[in-house]
Amino acid sequence: MTTPPPAEPPATPPAGTGKSGEESRHRPFSEIFKESFLEGNTVTVTVLALFTATVLGGLLCAFTNPTVLHASAGNMLGQAWDVASGTYVALFEGSVFNPHTVAALFQQASLSTAVHDGYLSAVFNPLSETAVQATPLILTGLAVALPYQAGLFNIGGQSQFIGGAIMAAWLGYDLSLPFFVHVVVCVIGGFVGGAVIGWLTGEIKARTGAHEVIVTIMLNYVMQYFLAYLLSSQSLLQASGSPNPITPPIAFNAHLPLLAGTNLRINTGFLIALACAFGVWWLLNRTTTGFEFRSVGANASAARVAGMKVERSWALVMLTAGGLAGLAGSAVIQGTDFTLNPNSYGTYGIDAITVALLGRGKPGGVVAAGLLFGALHAGSPGMQTSTSTPVQIVQVLQALIVMFVAAPPLIRALYRLRASRSGGVGTTVSKGWSA
Amino acid sequence: MTSSSTARLPVLLTPGPGAGSGASWGGRFAAPVTFALFGLVDILVFGTHAHGSATFSFTPEFAKVTLPNLVLNGAGTAYFCGAASLLLAAARFLTALGRLPLGRTVHRVMLGLLLFFFVIALLAWSDAGQSISFNVVNLLSGTLNDSIPIMLGALTGVICSRSGVINIAIEGQLLLGAFCAAIATSVTGSLWLGLLCGALAGSLVGILLAVFAIAYAVDQVVLGVVLNTLVLGLTGYLYNAIMVPYGNTLNNPITFNPWKVPLLGDIPIIGPVFFDSTVFLYLTYLLLAVVQIGLFRTRWGLRTRAVGEHPVAADTVGIRVLALRYQNVIIAGLIAGIGGAYFTIGSVGSFGIDMTSGEGYIALAAMIFGRYTPFGAICAALLFGFTTQLQSILSSLNVPIQSNLLLLTPYVVTIIVVAGLIGKVRGPRAEGIAFTKS
Repeated sequence: MTTPPPAEPPATPPAGTGKSGEESRHRPFSEIFKESFLEGNTVTVTVLALFTATVLGGLLCAFTNPTVLHASAGNMLGQAWDVASGTYVALFEGSVFNPHTVAALFQQASLSTAVHDGYLSAVFNPLSETAVQATPLILTGLAVALPYQAGLFNIGGQSQFIGGAIMAAWLGYDLSLPFFVHVVVCVIGGFVGGAVIGWLTGEIKARTGAHEVIVTIMLNYVMQYFLAYLLSSQSLLQASGSPNPITPPIAFNAHLPLLAGTNLRINTGFLIALACAFGVWWLLNRTTTGFEFRSVGANASAARVAGMKVERSWALVMLTAGGLAGLAGSAVIQGTDFTLNPNSYGTYGIDAITVALLGRGKPGGVVAAGLLFGALHAGSPGMQTSTSTPVQIVQVLQALIVMFVAAPPLIRALYRLRASRSGGVGTTVSKGWSA
Repeated sequence: MTSSSTARLPVLLTPGPGAGSGASWGGRFAAPVTFALFGLVDILVFGTHAHGSATFSFTPEFAKVTLPNLVLNGAGTAYFCGAASLLLAAARFLTALGRLPLGRTVHRVMLGLLLFFFVIALLAWSDAGQSISFNVVNLLSGTLNDSIPIMLGALTGVICSRSGVINIAIEGQLLLGAFCAAIATSVTGSLWLGLLCGALAGSLVGILLAVFAIAYAVDQVVLGVVLNTLVLGLTGYLYNAIMVPYGNTLNNPITFNPWKVPLLGDIPIIGPVFFDSTVFLYLTYLLLAVVQIGLFRTRWGLRTRAVGEHPVAADTVGIRVLALRYQNVIIAGLIAGIGGAYFTIGSVGSFGIDMTSGEGYIALAAMIFGRYTPFGAICAALLFGFTTQLQSILSSLNVPIQSNLLLLTPYVVTIIVVAGLIGKVRGPRAEGIAFTKS
């Protein structure tokens, strides 16, 4: 169901709306562009939301910095600007492009030595890191976005990720298979591991009506402790002779193939994530099953009346979502970490929700949001070392971005934009606990 | 009048999704089967593995009045509990067949008894043959105190849900409350000021939730998660940026001392469990009573429930829906903020990153588990607190279970109980749906 966001009193009288169609046909392009910009379409609102979040994050950095706080009143603003811009420059250099690496590249005697000594890959390292960080974010983001279309809220990304990671790691070190086969077996294992956990949630909801939010939250804890249990026993997953809770490293044959040479971590996991995004788009928009998912999400009762099996859709959509989160687990284990430990799952479960929301629940949006947050994650360690701004600023930025993107009326009010004539950007309209 | 709620009404009035699944195994026999399962675990797991006798003591250390220890045969106790649980299962089976009509209260008492027997059997098994006696008073008072944040968080959740606003940001309210209470107490040296700041911090998150959810109609489930991320990031950031460098002045709070209630505190067992604690526990009693009575016995409660169930109707009779929602969400934030303050100035002292470790989400589950009533939510919160406490005591008894497996049991039990016994909990009808008046 789509409800227009609460009407915001237009800051300026909507002058454009009074013009007749004939007149507007003759207007120059620049005017139409300005008009549509002021109306606050999706792009404008998203860009302004990003901008607002960036400014707020910058203020936070600047005014918690000891140098700024101890500066004299006249100096303070300059210092604050230096700190905030320094932070963002460091983030950018760590995630997209660092000019110093290019300078270093051109100082080399010849291109072949530059390539051989890794100077060329150093140029592309930030982008590669962004892709690496984005991979699990995109996959878990899809795991939230897909059930969201079917009216289910999946907070269980963490448990499904762990399920996938356990399978991928176990198959990875316990089997010895030829190169390509081993990779495929582990990836499929990761999908299955996550899918089982996801399916459990959907099936319990379908059978008993137990709320998926409770079940997924509980499963997160169950899987977290279950993993700790597996990793604390030598007869189970713990590496023999290791005092730490960690699995043995997976076989080299199970590593996801690298895409751009041995110096860059970017691997086929990124391609898997993109393929999955396309797959989810295709599933939702081009198949009967996807249509059923969306119908169930829009109105479960109507879908039931129309003869759709609502319970089956719930179970199926959670199974698929769990599989996607499981793939994220396998991408992390097989692509970058190569062992499984209690820190492997990080905060993907919650990050996934922010990614899915920023992507407005659409596969393409999830990819874009995953890349953006991946860039933030990729840039943050370098930022912390070079500017001593704590990495948590990334979490703050992430939350602020999503909050502002989710509330277009606020952005419009803030920048005195008009409400769009066509009803504007659809707010992610609240639809209650579930459909 | 056109509003988003009117458009939804036809949907809401039709039977919910849970109603359609009555014919599956999750239908009427889920409860008896779950009961029987618990009984069988009591007998087959605990009964057959318990050797020797279990000793329970009922006196805290340094108590003036001492009670004699209770010595029970481990296996016998477990068998007894299992048999009793199976009897309960039989009763539920007859109810399912329609032979034995039982009221709702009886059902709840039976559920309570089932869990009670399960715990007794577990304790009898774990302490059987051990030389250390099992201190029941420590277990219970630990449970009560550890559950304070969950209980207060769940109360916040109940008020918000009843007003029609989903509050997933309880976790964020707890965390910001803990953070602000620690800073305020460290700086001013005043515990009461710290408590106040903690409460206000919870309310601040409530304001954000209210503004974005009510004025800007943002999806409330997602909004809550985002607010949690924001608070987690913000407190983590500020912890590293200012608390670590200036730890002595900003993160070194004193904590509340326990205060024993005169007379009541001297009663054996009950005294040390219920009446010998910090101000947080007494505040929890007070708030529970206020919310329970307020919601079901006052005009405010009636209006709140009306706004949560059917805002259009409430609006028609002249209740200011949005104003009431704002007010309730912001005031409820105070309660969670107090719960957050407990983490720092009530127990540990200094603040740590993510120190609430998901208890806000547990509070959320407790709220739904408790069927959106204050009393039910508190009971559910105590269940979680109890299992956590039990785990820490059991691991000190050298019970031959991996501590991680013990840690995951409360969550598995919750899933079983929610799926098998409670099923579809019906929340307030308009919960999470933005209301726009035109």
